[in-house]
Parts: sequence; C-alpha cells; structure tokens
Amino acid sequence: MNARCLALLAALAAGPACAQGYAGLGTRAEGFAIPSPDTRLSFPDDHGPHPEYRIEWWYLTANLTDAAGTDYGIQWTLFRSALAPFEAEGWASPQIWLGNAGLSTPTEHYAAERLARGGTGLAGATAQPFEAWIDDWRMASTAMTGDQLDALSLTANGDGFAYDLALTANGPLVPQGIDGYSVKSREGQASHYYSQPFYDITGTLSLPSGPVEVTGQGWLDREYSSQPLSETQDGWDWISLHLDSGAKLMGFRLRDRESAAFTSATWIAPDGTPTPYRDGALTMTPATDAEPPTGWQIDLPAQDLSVQLDAINPKSWMPLTFPYWEGPVRVTGSHQGRGYLEMTGYPAPE
Amino acid sequence: MRRAALSALLSHWRRQPLQLFTLLAGLALATALWSAVQAINAEARRSYDAAAGTLGLGAYETLGDPAGRIPLATFAALRRAGWPVAPILEGRLLVAGERLHVLGIEPISAPVENLPAGLGPDSDLTPADLFLPPGLGFAAPETIAALDGAPDLPRLIADPALPPGQLVTDIAVADRMLEAGGDLDRLLLLPGAPEGTPGEIAPALRRTAPQDQGDLSRLTDSFHLNLTAFGLLSFAVGLFIVHGTIGLAFEQRRPIFRTLRALGLPLGTLLSLLLAELLLLALLAGALGIALGYLIAGALLPDVAATLRGLYGASLPGTLAFDPVWALSGLGIALAGALVAAAHGLDKIRRMPLLASAQPRAWTTVSARALRRQAAAGAALLLAGVAAPLLADGLLAGFALLGGLLLGAALLLPLLLSAALSLGAARARRAAAQWFWADTRQQLPGLSLALMALLLALATNIGVSTMVSSFRLTFTGWLDQRLVSQLYVTAPSESEAARLRDWLKGRADFLPIWKVDLPLHDAPGELYGISDNPVYRSHWPLIDAAPDAWDQFFANEGVLVNEQLARRNGFAPGDPVTLGPGWVLPLAGTYSDYGNPNGQALVSLPLMLQHHPEVPRLRHGLLTDDIPGLTAALHDDFGLPRANLINNETLKATSLQIFDRTFTVTAALNVLTLSVAGFAILTALLTLSTMRLPQLAPLWALGMTRRRLARLEILRSLALAALTFTVALPVGLALAWCLLAVVNVEAFGWRLPMFLFPRQWLLLFGLALLAALIAAFLPVRRLARTEPSHFLKVFADER
Repeated sequence: MNARCLALLAALAAGPACAQGYAGLGTRAEGFAIPSPDTRLSFPDDHGPHPEYRIEWWYLTANLTDAAGTDYGIQWTLFRSALAPFEAEGWASPQIWLGNAGLSTPTEHYAAERLARGGTGLAGATAQPFEAWIDDWRMASTAMTGDQLDALSLTANGDGFAYDLALTANGPLVPQGIDGYSVKSREGQASHYYSQPFYDITGTLSLPSGPVEVTGQGWLDREYSSQPLSETQDGWDWISLHLDSGAKLMGFRLRDRESAAFTSATWIAPDGTPTPYRDGALTMTPATDAEPPTGWQIDLPAQDLSVQLDAINPKSWMPLTFPYWEGPVRVTGSHQGRGYLEMTGYPAPE
Repeated sequence: MRRAALSALLSHWRRQPLQLFTLLAGLALATALWSAVQAINAEARRSYDAAAGTLGLGAYETLGDPAGRIPLATFAALRRAGWPVAPILEGRLLVAGERLHVLGIEPISAPVENLPAGLGPDSDLTPADLFLPPGLGFAAPETIAALDGAPDLPRLIADPALPPGQLVTDIAVADRMLEAGGDLDRLLLLPGAPEGTPGEIAPALRRTAPQDQGDLSRLTDSFHLNLTAFGLLSFAVGLFIVHGTIGLAFEQRRPIFRTLRALGLPLGTLLSLLLAELLLLALLAGALGIALGYLIAGALLPDVAATLRGLYGASLPGTLAFDPVWALSGLGIALAGALVAAAHGLDKIRRMPLLASAQPRAWTTVSARALRRQAAAGAALLLAGVAAPLLADGLLAGFALLGGLLLGAALLLPLLLSAALSLGAARARRAAAQWFWADTRQQLPGLSLALMALLLALATNIGVSTMVSSFRLTFTGWLDQRLVSQLYVTAPSESEAARLRDWLKGRADFLPIWKVDLPLHDAPGELYGISDNPVYRSHWPLIDAAPDAWDQFFANEGVLVNEQLARRNGFAPGDPVTLGPGWVLPLAGTYSDYGNPNGQALVSLPLMLQHHPEVPRLRHGLLTDDIPGLTAALHDDFGLPRANLINNETLKATSLQIFDRTFTVTAALNVLTLSVAGFAILTALLTLSTMRLPQLAPLWALGMTRRRLARLEILRSLALAALTFTVALPVGLALAWCLLAVVNVEAFGWRLPMFLFPRQWLLLFGLALLAALIAAFLPVRRLARTEPSHFLKVFADER
C-alpha cells in the first residue's frame, strides 16, 4: 500500500487494503454527521463542502457531439474525504481531495487524476460564489442571477486531453430520494443527494488530433454522506439518462454479496418534477457477458420504460489508483436518448 | 544395473553423513556469500535504473526563494496555475539533546520513489495514522533509540535505510515541529513542469538545477566492484572446501568403483552416474545457498543502502526484492563450482585402471616437483599483479594487483610451509619430535588447500581492517583540523543574515561559508569563497601546494581544489583550472576532502562575489572560545532559531557515525570469509583423520598413548595455523597498501596514509589459532576415543 493508495483510501473512506476496493466503503462513521431524513437541503450553502460528513462529491457527466455527429463523453469529479469531521487551516486539515477527469470518444478513452490536501488552497469548494477546484481543474459559477449552479464553466486536463466547457441549466435543481435523502441499503444507509440534470453545453475538447467544438447535455450530482454502503455491498452500477422526450432518469443498483441488489431510481419529468422509486421498482440486468457489463437492460415498469443501454466506447475503464468504469451510453428501446453509466467494484478488464 | 549402481554409489553418503553435510554446507556457504553480494549489487543497479534521474529528492529541479521560505499561498497559486510541484519543509531541531534533521514531505504529491519504505506495499498503516496527529515519523533505529521518551514527536517507525539523525515525516508534522506556520523551503518540480520560472505568479522564486548526482553508476561502480571482489573471494574459499570433500568422497569410493566396473558397468555409465549425483547435490546445495544468500543480503542491505547514500547520495530501498534471474545465476554458479571442484576427481576415475588396487590411500599426494611448479605459478601471478598497475590505469588494474597478490601468495604457501617444516625437522632431536615434523610435512598436501583458504581469509582481514582503521584515524584527524569554526549558523533569510553579520561585530569572528554549485571540468562541482582569516593558513592542510600557496590565493591569483578534482584531471600546482566561462586561475594547492564524491574549488571571497554576486549568503562559521555563551546569546538576544545552529562537536559525531556505518558491510563480510576458512580447515582435518589410522597405529603400538597422540594432533593444527598467519601478515599489509594507495585513489579519488595496528593482528592471530583449535577438536576427540581394537585391526588387515 503506497501513500497514494493510502491517500486515495482516505479519499473514499478508509478500508483495510487497496485491493479490497469498494467493499466495506464507509461502513465506519465515528464522530461524523449521519444523514437524516429530517434535514432539508438549503441553497446556496449546500453547494459548498460539508466537512462534518466523511465523503462528498461534485460529479459532472456530459454527453457531447461534434458537428459531424460523433459522440463524446466527459466526466469531471471532485471527491472530498475527511479523516476527521472538521476543517482546519493549513497542513493540519484532515480533509483530502481527489479529482478524476475522463474523456471518451467512440475509439479512445482518456483519464486523469489529481490529489491534494485540504486547508492549503490546492483544492476545495465554496458555496458563493460557487467554485470547486483541484490544482488547475475548475468548476465555477458563471451565473449572474438565480442559483449559483445555473451556469458553470468547467475545465480539466490530463495526458493527451483537455476540455473547456460552458454549461447553462434550463431546469431546476432536483432532490433525489425523499427531499434529497437517498437511501442506499435495506439497513438504512443513506446520503444527501441532489442533482442539476438540465445543462446545455457548448465548448471545446482538446485531443491529440486537435481541438473539437462540441455541444450537448450535462448532469451534475451533488452527494454527501458518512456511510453510503452497508458492509456486504461491494460496488454499484449507476446511470443518468437524458431521454429524447425531455425526461431524465437516475437509477442505481448496489450489489450485495449476501442478498439481492438494492435498487433506487428517480424519474424526472421535463419540468423537473421528481418521482422517486423505492428498492425493487427499477431493474438493471447486464445484457452482455463482459465484465464489467457494458450493455444493460433497464426496466422501470411504473414509467413504462424498457430500454437497452450500450456503451459508446466499451473501453471506458478509468485506470486510476482507484479504478472503475465510467462512460457515455446510447439509449434504445421504449425510449431513445443518451446518458452516462458508472460501474464500480469490478476487477480491471484484461 | 544402472539403478543398482546408483544406489551403491549413494549408499556412501548414508554411511558418511558428516561428509555429506560438509559437502552441502561448503557449497551452500560459497553460493550464499557469492549470491548475497550479487543480490545486493543487482538491487542497487535496479534502483539506479528505476531511479534514473529521480535519485533522492536532490535529483529534482527545485523552486526556492533566495530570501527565505515560500508562503503556502504561493505554493497553492503555482499548483492552481498547473505547475506540478511538491513541497518540502526541512529544518534542524534539538530534541532530547540530539540534533534532528526534520524532513517534511507531502506523501500525496511527493514522488513515490522518495517515500520512506515504511509506506510501501506491505504497510498496514492507515491514512489516519499518516495524516492525523501525532502522525508518523521515519528514522534510523539508532535515531529512534536516541529520541526515546522525547515529547511532542510523531509515532516513530524504524527505517534502517535513512541516514542517522534524520526524521522523515509528513509535512504537517514537520510544520508543527519546526513552527513553520505553513511556509515551505522548496518546491520539487515534477515531470511535466513548464520551463523557466513562474514569473508573475511567484516572482521571488528561482529555479535550482538538480543537486549534482554526477554519474552515479560511475561513482558507485567502485563500491560494487569491491563487493564483487569480496563475493568472489568467498566463493573461491568455499570451493576449496568442496574440492576437498568431493576428492575424499571419490577416494573413499574407489573400491565401489572398481567393483562396479568389474561387474561390467561401462566407464561412461559410471561417469554419468557420478555426474548426475554431483548435479543433484549441487542443486540441493545451490538452493540452500540461495536461501541463505537472500537472508545475508537482506541483513546487509540496509547498511549498504546507508553507505551508498552517505558516500554518493544514491538512494536505495532498505528491502530486497526477490529476482528469479538472480536465483538462477546462483544455482548456475553452484553447479559450475561443483563441476570445477570435481573435475580432478572425475578425471582420475576416467583414467583408473580396471584392476587397480582398491586400497584407499591419501587422496592426493604432491610431489616436490609439483610443489615447485605451483610455487612458480604463484610467483608469476605475484609479478603479473605488480605489473598490472604499471601497464594499465583504473580500478580493474588495482583489483588485478590485489588478485595477483592474494592468489600468488596462496599458491606459494605450500612451498613456504614445507620449507618451514623442513627447518623444524632439521632442528628436532628427539624421535617423537622428528616424527611430528615429518608427519606434518607428509600431511601438508591434504591440508594445503584449506590452509590456502585460511591465508586468503587472514590476509584479506588484515588488509581490509588496516585500510578501514587507517581511514578512520585519518578521517578523525582531518575532521579535527577541518572543522575550524566552533559554531555553524545558517540565517533564515538574506536580510537576517545581514543583521547577523552586524550583530556579530565585536562578539565573534565569522567565516562566510558561501557556495554555488556548478560544473567543474565537465563534472558536478561546488565553488566556495573564503575570507582571508589566519585560521585557514593554520588549519587547512594542503597536500600538494605551490610554495606561497596561501599568499597567492588571497591575492586573488590562485585557486585551491580538493584532491578528487586534482586527481581526476591530473592537476599539479600552477596548472590552469577553469571555474566558469572565461574564468581560469592557476592551481595554488590541493587539499584532502574525504567522503565528498564531487569536485570542489575554493577561491577568495572577493573573487567569488565578483563572479557570482547572486551567491546565497546564509551560512557562516563562527570562531569563539565560549560556545555555550555565544549559542545562548544567538538564540536569546539575536533570536536565531536553535534549529539554525550547529556546533562542531555534533557535526563531527554525525560524520563519524556515518563513516562507521559505511564499513559495517565490510566488517560483516570479513567475519563471514574467516568463518568459511575455519570451516575449510575443519573439513580438511576431518578428511585426513579418517585416513590416518594406519599411520598412527604403529606409534600407538610403540607405546605412545592416545592422549599424547591427540595432543600432538592439536599442536600440529596450531603450528600450521601459526605458520599460515606468519605468511598472511605481510600479504595482508601489502593488500592494505594496495587498497589505500591504489584502489582508493582509483575508486574515490583520495589517497590515505597507512597506519599499523599490531593489536588487531594479535587479535586475529588469536582468532586463527582458535579456528584451528576448533577445527581440530572434532577429529582429535574421535582419535582419543578410538578403540584400541581399531588400532590393532590396522595390523591385522594389513596386506
């Protein structure tokens, strides 16, 4: 276990060894705040960090196309992880930040990461004006009026790629679960979770072949918790879909070693009205033998939804210190559209 | 038939378990020492390669502020502008009366190769251990022992690869200990950093080239060659054992061979069976040896790592990685060694007439002619060794001299011993004494290989310990002289330094210690400017100087360089030395500078300031008679942090500590080689004792008691060891001279005077006798307990 690994484990709540990965994630929560169904989200304050919770993230994915219609996907993530439930100035801060950035084309996949200590100014987030950053990666509010998250600028770079995007929301913030309280297991593990799934995007991708002008749709997730998984859960499959009807679907499946997977979903009407669904309403079934599965059958009978997801680039593995699969997908079946798929807790593909 | 033959051959080892043990142990020991050295070398080479350009933190380009520390906000601004930089905070502290060099690194951004081994893959440390108070600190075991009980320290973890007195810790802990308030000393520029300086983000920062690692593999080559030579020597000594045992086993099985051949076993089959048996044994011993070698290498590696870091600044992990290639080469050398050792025996069997007498006899006899031939070969080797440095330059010639000297002396030994024993025989009057000398001479051929091994071990021991002790004595004296100032202070910034110089006026004389790093004659070097103070003339010994060297020097008309630089470039006083573009000065003199891998030059202070006005002016040496008083005043009145003060006693102690660690490996290999030689004598004596019954029986029959016979056997063993030591002493001293005057000069660039340490010789003499005594004990006990009936049988069985 090298220090990078140590730090990364810290970043995603300590486990006994790197190899164990996502298993047992955040099962301990000594001294940290526990999400409560009685807590109400409050903006803009909740756009900023919550150091009293163990883990937190600012997670943006976008489905983009260029003038020729080629599909692209980008991911920008800032994780915060606390070793102790407070923030302090300077090196004494117990907060550790991890940035992940990805860019998928139909044939290539790029990934990069950044690590930094809190308290130093190297990485962090502020609620107003809204900004989340690590090193020279930055997500910052450009909103003149309304909510801080209504307009954003977004930059990141890594080996072989960079992107610089402008995001404008054309819908409201959407609480996930019950008023932003999202249950993650039958034992009651939960997080505070809200999204801004209505971004229109324009901007530039920098690739080895040169700059590419793109447009598309983006989805921002904000989530914080202190014990998101139960002890027997060892990974998750998560989707965010932009349907051509204007509706959105967020769904996840938490895999359990000892019992059936725990699922949860939120149907978001084109006007932003959420309909949360409890465990079992959504079914997610792998449609390929690949590991991790890059094709899925998704069913939400309550919304007459039965769709097939196919990865735009099945090789969207993020080979970082803490590896996972994350990439854009195409939606076909009862509904058409595009979206993003994230799968954690799988062994690295050959 | 083949199976029956094989089981007949192998049955020998069942009946002679001790012989089997000797054979396996000898070969295993030889393989172990050889492969331990190979493992260490391979590990070192691997880490040089892996590190290519990332050796230690000093291998990175850095950003620093000449005026002092870097604010945390500047560091953050650089990172947010996309500069890949990692922070370093360091300082010195007095903790529990110990000077502690605190090195704060930031484990998240620091290059992984530079993290303490304790954070490696097998660590069970958690992020909370590392990042939450009290945090973790890594230090050498002796440093941890010295810090025992001191308050406000992080949790300490031993890391033998770290230099003594250093504490490597998370930057948060260092910040707390050094009260740095978040400020940083330097920023490492990691791969991918832009060219140039950051400009308006951090206008005060200057870029500094990597600390000259020089050509590390060239510098460390000599060290590894040293180790290899030791490994080879040990292997040779081990082969003596194997040769003896295999020879004995073949000799004792002559009746079996004859019977098998008489029963119709073809010669080719017999030979291939013997070869198969040999390969089996060699594989077994080789595997044992590799396991043992791995353990030895693992135990020695931390000291090797410390040595390389101390001498050359090369960083090496304190732990050993297992490499199958290395293990295979170990097996290979075991096989090759066994074949070489058995070649003679196999050849004899090939030529053995079918109906030859199966009577065992002394397995080797050496005619006087053979003895003379061997001595002539020895003399030739000696001459070739002496000729080597005359004909060729370089370290290899130095080692050729060493090799020729040692092997030549070893080959000459039997003749010398034989002559000495003849002398003894000529002076003996009583019958028992005459028999004693004659019998000893008769045994010489069987023992000579073991005694040659002993000679090699003893001579090496004398040579190496004379070299190390001479070096230490010279080094200590040199430190006493060279540390001219009583106190060394480093100001935190240029403005503080100027204030310090004002403050010192009327309180103490000070010597500026201002240097710039720059290439000197195409190699990494450093240039110091020194002020005209009489202490230099009296305390800075020049080993080669123009008559008025100091006058010329302080008249700005000469340069002084260290011995390394002078030797590397063949400078003599008066030669031009280039100190920079268009800046050439004649050489005024040369001074010793032990332990420094780099070239160094001194110029007078005005010249230095003229050519390098930007030189950092932070370090000063203070001349004072009242060290505690001035220390207290500097701290209390002037406000200098204690971390920025060091007195010359502490400096000296640290230097000697590093020195002693440097030679731990040498001492360990010394002891191991001597043990192998002791083992060689034991096997030789055991071999002989089983064959000597027919020679001793008549004496017993003539009335000599078994006790007396046993006493004489011990006496013989002691006499031979003493004689061998007598030969080893001059050889060892010649070896020491070679090491000091030839090898050291080639390897390190400095020549050392030789001192003699008779007390060490006496000790070694005692050790040699003890080894002989222990080796003789087992066979003699067997003799003393031999049943009289066995003696009688000798006559009964005589044909």
